[in-house]
Amino acid sequence: MVGFVLVSHSQKAAEGAAELGLMMAPSVPVAAAGGMADGGLGTDYEKIMEAITSIREQAPEGVLVIMDMGSSCMTASMVIEDLGDEGIVMVDCPFIEGAVAAIVEAEGGSSLEEVKQTAEDAREVRKL
Amino acid sequence: MTDNAKVVAILTAMKEAIDENAQFLTDLDAAIGDNDHGINMARGFKKVEADLPGVAAKDIGAILKKVGMDLVSTVGGSSGPLYGTAFMKAGAKTAGKMEIGMDDFLVMIDEAIGGVQMRGKAVAGEKTMLDAMMPARDAMKAAAAEGKGVREVLDAGVAAAEAGVEYTKTIIATKGRASYLGERSIGHQDPGATSFTVLLKAIASAY
Repeated sequence: MVGFVLVSHSQKAAEGAAELGLMMAPSVPVAAAGGMADGGLGTDYEKIMEAITSIREQAPEGVLVIMDMGSSCMTASMVIEDLGDEGIVMVDCPFIEGAVAAIVEAEGGSSLEEVKQTAEDAREVRKL
Repeated sequence: MTDNAKVVAILTAMKEAIDENAQFLTDLDAAIGDNDHGINMARGFKKVEADLPGVAAKDIGAILKKVGMDLVSTVGGSSGPLYGTAFMKAGAKTAGKMEIGMDDFLVMIDEAIGGVQMRGKAVAGEKTMLDAMMPARDAMKAAAAEGKGVREVLDAGVAAAEAGVEYTKTIIATKGRASYLGERSIGHQDPGATSFTVLLKAIASAY
C-alpha cells in the first residue's frame, strides 16, 4: 500500500489532515511532519526525514508527500533529493482535500502514480 | 587570496551581523510575512557558529557545505532551504580549495543564485532575495571586469544590493508568503533581500 507524509508548518494542521484521511481509511500508513522540533511553527528537515523514512518502511508501493506551502515544499524536496529513492514523490495539491482523497484511494491498493493523480485531481473538485 | 581561516572569520562576522539585525529582519517579516525571518536566521547561524571549529581546518568547500547543511536543518523557514542550497552550491564549486580569489567568489555567487532560483522557483522582480542578489552579482562582475580591487568590487555589490532592497519596496510580492498580501505588500522591503544585503555587508566589512 502507498503511504503518506503530510508536511505542514503546523503539527496541528498536519495531524488534522492525517486524522481526516485516517477516519475513512484507517489502515493506510500516514505520518504527520509538522512544525519545528521545539513545537514552534516552521518546517524541520530532520522531522520530515524521519517521517518519510519510517513510512517508507511500511509502504513498499511508495510514499506520497503532501505539503502546505513555501518552506514545506522546499524542505521536503531537499529531503527527497537526499534520499534518492524513486518511490518517494511529492504532489502539488490542496493540503487537506488532496490528502483525504489520496489516502482513501491508497486504501484500495492503487499504485503510487494513481494515488498521486487522485491528489492532483482534488484541485478540480468544486465545493460550491 | 582568501584562505579557509579567513572564510571562517567572515562566516563568524556574518553570524554576528545576523544577530545584530535579527529583530529588524523579524519586524520586516511581521509586516508582510510570518514574523520569524530574523529569529530563524539567528537560529541557523547560531548552529553554524557552533559547528565552525569542527570544520575550520578543512577546505573551503567542506566548510561551506557544512554551513549549508546547518541552515537547512535548523532555520525552519524558507530561508533555510534557500540559503542552505546557496551555501551548498557555492561549496560544491570550492571543494578541495584551501584559498579562493575574486574569480572564485563571483562563481560562488553565481552558483548561489542558481541554487536559490532552482529551490525557490523564483525569478527577478517577484520581491524576493533574488532582487538583491542578482543586481549585487551584476555590479560585482562589472567592477571586477573593470579591474577594480576586491574592496571596490565588494562595495559595488553592497551598493547594488541596497538599491535592490529599495526596489523591493516598489513592487508587489508574487512569491512567498508576502504574495498573499498582493498590493498591500507595496511599500515594504523584502526581508530576504534585506538579509542577503546584511550578509554581503558582513563579507565586505570582514574581508
